[in-house]
Amino acid sequence: MSTQTPPTHSLFEYAPAPESRSIVDIAPSYGLFVDGEFVDGSGTPLKTVNPATEEVLSEVPTATDADVDRAVRAARRAFTRVWGPMRPADRGKYLFRIARLLQERAREFAVLESLDNGKPIRESRDVDVPLAAAHFFYHAGWADKLDWAGLGPGPRPLGVAGQVIPWNFPLLMLAWKVAPALATGNTVVLKPAETTPLTALLFAEVCRQADLPPGVVNIVTGAGETGRAVVEHEDVDKVAFTGSTEVGRSIARSVAGTRKRLTLELGGKAANIVFDDAPIDQAVEGIVQGIFFNQGHVCCAGSRLLVQESVHEEVIASLQRRIGTLRLGDPLDKNTDIGAINSAEQLARIRELSDIGEAEGANRWQPACELPERGYWFPPTVFTDVSPAHRIARDEVFGPVLSVLTFRTPDEAVAKANNTTYGLSAGIWTEKGSRILAIADRLRAGVVWANTFNKFDPTSPFGGYKQSGYGHEGGRHGLAAYLEGGQ
Amino acid sequence: MTHVLDPRAPAAAIPPRREPPAPYRDVTRSDAAFRAFLHGLPGVDQVGAEARVGVLGTRSIKTTAKAWAIDTAISMVDLTTLEGADTPGKVRSLAAKARRPDPGDPTTPQVAAVCVYGDLAGVAREALAGTGIHVAAVATAFPSGRASREVKLADVRDAVANGADEIDMVIDRGAFLSGRHLDVFDEIVAVKQACGDAHLKVILETGELVTLDNVRRASWLAMLAGGDFIKTSTGKVSPAATLPVCLVMMEAVRDFRAATGRQVGVKPAGGIRTTKDAVKHLVLVNEVAGPDWLSPDWFRFGASSLLNDLLLQRQKLRTGHYSGPDHVSVD
Amino acid sequence: MSPDRLAVRKTYKLYVNGAFPRSESGRTYEVADAKGAFLANAAWASRKDARDAVVAARGAFAKWSGATAYNRGQVLYRVAEVMEGRHAQFCEEVAAGEGLSSSRARAAVDAAIDRWVWYAGWTDKLGALLGGANPVAGPYFDFSLPEPTGVVAVLAPQRSSLLGLVSVLAPVLTGGNTAVVVTSRARPLPAVTLGEVLATSDVPAGVANLLTGDAAEIGPWLAEHDDVDAIDLTGAPADRAMELERLAAGSIKRVVRPPAEEPDWSADPGLTRLTPFLETKTVWHPIGL
Repeated sequence: MSTQTPPTHSLFEYAPAPESRSIVDIAPSYGLFVDGEFVDGSGTPLKTVNPATEEVLSEVPTATDADVDRAVRAARRAFTRVWGPMRPADRGKYLFRIARLLQERAREFAVLESLDNGKPIRESRDVDVPLAAAHFFYHAGWADKLDWAGLGPGPRPLGVAGQVIPWNFPLLMLAWKVAPALATGNTVVLKPAETTPLTALLFAEVCRQADLPPGVVNIVTGAGETGRAVVEHEDVDKVAFTGSTEVGRSIARSVAGTRKRLTLELGGKAANIVFDDAPIDQAVEGIVQGIFFNQGHVCCAGSRLLVQESVHEEVIASLQRRIGTLRLGDPLDKNTDIGAINSAEQLARIRELSDIGEAEGANRWQPACELPERGYWFPPTVFTDVSPAHRIARDEVFGPVLSVLTFRTPDEAVAKANNTTYGLSAGIWTEKGSRILAIADRLRAGVVWANTFNKFDPTSPFGGYKQSGYGHEGGRHGLAAYLEGGQ
Repeated sequence: MTHVLDPRAPAAAIPPRREPPAPYRDVTRSDAAFRAFLHGLPGVDQVGAEARVGVLGTRSIKTTAKAWAIDTAISMVDLTTLEGADTPGKVRSLAAKARRPDPGDPTTPQVAAVCVYGDLAGVAREALAGTGIHVAAVATAFPSGRASREVKLADVRDAVANGADEIDMVIDRGAFLSGRHLDVFDEIVAVKQACGDAHLKVILETGELVTLDNVRRASWLAMLAGGDFIKTSTGKVSPAATLPVCLVMMEAVRDFRAATGRQVGVKPAGGIRTTKDAVKHLVLVNEVAGPDWLSPDWFRFGASSLLNDLLLQRQKLRTGHYSGPDHVSVD
Repeated sequence: MSPDRLAVRKTYKLYVNGAFPRSESGRTYEVADAKGAFLANAAWASRKDARDAVVAARGAFAKWSGATAYNRGQVLYRVAEVMEGRHAQFCEEVAAGEGLSSSRARAAVDAAIDRWVWYAGWTDKLGALLGGANPVAGPYFDFSLPEPTGVVAVLAPQRSSLLGLVSVLAPVLTGGNTAVVVTSRARPLPAVTLGEVLATSDVPAGVANLLTGDAAEIGPWLAEHDDVDAIDLTGAPADRAMELERLAAGSIKRVVRPPAEEPDWSADPGLTRLTPFLETKTVWHPIGL
C-alpha cells in the first residue's frame, strides 16, 4: 500500500476556515441615523465589542431624550408628508429594493453580525441574513394588498412606530419589526440592542442606497434609557418590543392609559417533548438545534427537554454523543457550530443559573471542550435529574443550557410542558400523526414544532401565549399590529 | 431447477437459519417477529435527515484537511467498471490506474479495490498481484438480482474462484418490498457462506427501496445476516448514492456496533463524481459514525470518474494552480 | 294579576360556577330604578367572590375550549332561545334599570338576543377566517389556528345593562374563553336574570361567572390576578382605567382599553371583540416520505 494511506482511526481535523473580515469596513465610530442622515448623539458613546475576542469594534452614540425626540419628529414628518400619502405600490417597491440590497450585501451583513454578536457565521450566513431579506420580500408584496388582509376595508396605518429589539438576532429582529411597519405605511424609530448596534447601522446605509425617503426609518442607538425614551415618547403611536418579560412588563406599564398600541415578544421556556416512538436521530438533531442554535440565545429555544422515561437513557446517550461533535470557537470559522456568548453580563447570568442548577441537585454534563482564552464562552451543557421545581426548569437561561425532565404518559407530558408562565413555543417528536395533533392542540404555546424545531418563515405568524407576550410577527397576523382596527 | 423461494420446494433445500448476533438472536425466529423487529426500528424523518446532511455539507474543508481528505478518499475508491462492453484490456488498464492513479506523482495513494463483473475477476487479480489492492466482483445476478438462489450462489462461487476477495451482492428488493424479510436474510446468509473468506458487501439498491425507513431496515437486515459492508447502490438505478441515504446507513452501522460490538463498513456507490461530493461523505462519516470508519477497511466509494477529479484537485493543491483533464488518464 | 295577591320577590344573587351564591362577604347593596325607587338588594361581590369565580372559570376552560366549535355554537344559540322565553322579564328589568320606554327596552332586549344568535354563528367560522395554511419556503406543512386566550375578566358596561353586557360577554365565550364578569354597578338586575338563563341553557358551569358589584373595587383584584389571561376594561371607571392597565401588565395580560365613552351597542361589532381574546397557534410539520 502507498505510504500516504492514512492510518486507521486517524482524526479528520478540519483546518481553520475563517470567513474573510475584509468584506466589511467597520468605521471607528458611527452616528445616529435620523432623517436620512448620520448625526451625532448627545449621550456618552458606547463601545461595541466582539464577544469572541473582547476587541472593541466601534463606538456608537447614546441617543438622549432630545435625540430620540428629533428622530420621532423626523418619523412623524415622513409619515404625514411622504410615506403615508405615498402610493402603496411604491412603498412596496422600496421594500423590494431593500430586500434585494440585503441579498446583494448578504456576506457583509453576515460577517458583521457574527463579529458584533458572536454567532457562528454559518448561522448568520444561512439563517439570519436570508430570513431578513425574505421578510422584506414578503412584506413588500403586502404594501398594495392590505385590503385583502382580512382586517376590514381600507385599513390605515397607525403613524410612528417605536421599536426596541434584542441582541440575539440583531438584523433579523430589525427585519421582523421594520418590514411590516413600513409595508403598512408606518414610519419607524428603531433602537437596536446596546451590544449589537452595527448591522442596524449598516441597514441604515442600505436605506440610503435604496433612496428610502428620509425619516421613514430612523435608528437610535443606546442602552435601556434610550429604549425608554423611544417607548415613552408622546408622539409614538405604536410600540413594538422584543426582549425579556421583565422589560416587557415595564413597557406595558408605561404605555398604560395612553393611546399607544403595543405588541410584545418576550421570553420563553419551551418544552421539547420526545415520545418513545420518535425518529430518534432527527429528534436528537432537533434537541441540539432547539437549544444550541445561536448559543441558546433564542426566546423560543427548546430549553426543557421532556423525554419519555422508556427512552430516556437512549436519548441522553445519543444526545451526549452528538453534542461531542459540536465545534465551539471562532464565530467567523465556517465550521463553527457554537459561537460566543454575547456579553459578559449574559455569561455571568448563564453561569449563575447553571451553578444554581447544580446546587439544587441537578446533574451537570458538559463535553470535553476547550474554550478560547479571550472572549465570552460557555460550553454546551445538559442537566439531567432536573425536577420541575428547579430554577433551571423554570427560569429562562438564554444560553446553551438544556434541562432534561422525564414523563411517563402523554397527559404528564402536556401537564409538565404547560407548567410555566411562558407560552412561546414547544416541540413534539413522535411518528404518530394523531398524537402530534392531540398534543399540539393541548400545548399552550404560540408555535408548535412537530418533528422539527426552530423553523421560521415570514409567512408564518410567530408570537406567544401567556407571559411570552402578545401580538404576532409574520403572516397576515403580523400586519394587524400596525393597522387601525387590527389587533 | 426448483426455485428456492418456491413454497413447494423440498424443505431440505433450505439450510438451517444462521442466528443473528446477540442481543438480536431471536429476531429471525419467524417472519412476523423479524418484521416486527425491523418495523420497530426508530423511524427516519426525511426532512430532518436532509437538513442534517445540508448542514454537514456546509463544512468547509481547506488546506491540510483537504489534502488529507483527498488522499483518504483516493485510498477508499473501489475503482469500478461494470459495462457489458468490459474486456480484459479495459480491466488491465483500470488495474494499472488503481496501482498508480497519478503517474506524475508517486506519492499519490493507490485505491482500495478494483470492482468488476465476476468473469473478469481473474484478469483483475492477475493485474493487481502483489499490490494489496482488493479485487471486488459483483455477483448474485447483478444488478437486478432476479435469478434463482442457486444461480446467484453459483455466480458468487465463480467470482471467488476467479480470484475475487470481495463480493458485492444485491439483495432481493422484490422480496424486501413485499415483506418477505426472512427470504432476504436467508439469501444473504447463504451468499456469505458461499463467499468463504471473501468479504461480503450487501447492495441495498436504495433507489428502489425509496424511503429512508426502508434503508434503515434493510441496513439492519443485512448486518444481522452477516454482511461485512452495506452498500447503497448498483449504480444502475437512479437515484444511487445520496447523502441522506449514507447518513442513515452510517447511523445504522454506528448503532449496530454499539449494540453488538461488530463493526460493519459502508460503501456509497454511483453518482459520486466530484471531490466535493467525496469530502462531504467523509465529513458525514466523521461526524455521524466517527473516525473509526475513516479508513478503507470501513468506508469505500464505488466510483469511476470520481478518481480523476480527486487527482485534479490533488494536483491543484500540490502545484497551486488549476490542472486540466489532459493531466489525468482517461479510463 | 290579582291586585290582592302579594308578589313573590326575587333574591338577586351572584352567578358563580353554575350556582347562585350570595356574596361570601354577606354584603348587599340597594339597586334603584332610573327614578331612584328601590328595586332590590343585589349581592355585593367581594374580592373573594372574584377569586372563586376565577377558579371556576379556570376549571371550566379545558372543557369549553376543547368543545367543538359546532357544539359551542349550539350552546350559544340555546342561550338566545332561553332568553327569548324570558323576554318580558328582561324588558321590565331593562326598562326599570335604564329608564327606557317599553318599546326601547324591547328593542334592546331583541338586540341582545339577536347578538347571541349572531355570535353563535361565528364559532365555526373563526378558524377559516383567522387561520389557514402558511406557504413557508421549505418542505413543511405549516398552519395557524385561532385559540382562546383563557380566563377573561370583563368589566361590563355601566349604562347598557343587558345589550352592553351581552355584547362584551358573548364574544369572549364565542372564542372558547371562560369569563368572570363584573356587571354594571347601578343596573345589575338584567345580569342576574341572564345568569339564570345561562344556568338553564347548556352553558357548562364556570364558563360564565357574573358578579354584581363595583368594578372599581373588584377590578384591581382581577387585573392583578396571575391566573387571569386577559381583561376587558370597557366598564372600568374612567379614572381607574390606567391603574387597571398597569396592574394587568404584571402578568402580561391582554387588555382591551375602555372607549372614551360608552358606544352605541346596537352597531355591528365585526370582529373587534373577538380577536382581542384569541391567540394564534402555528404548527409546523415536515413533509416527507
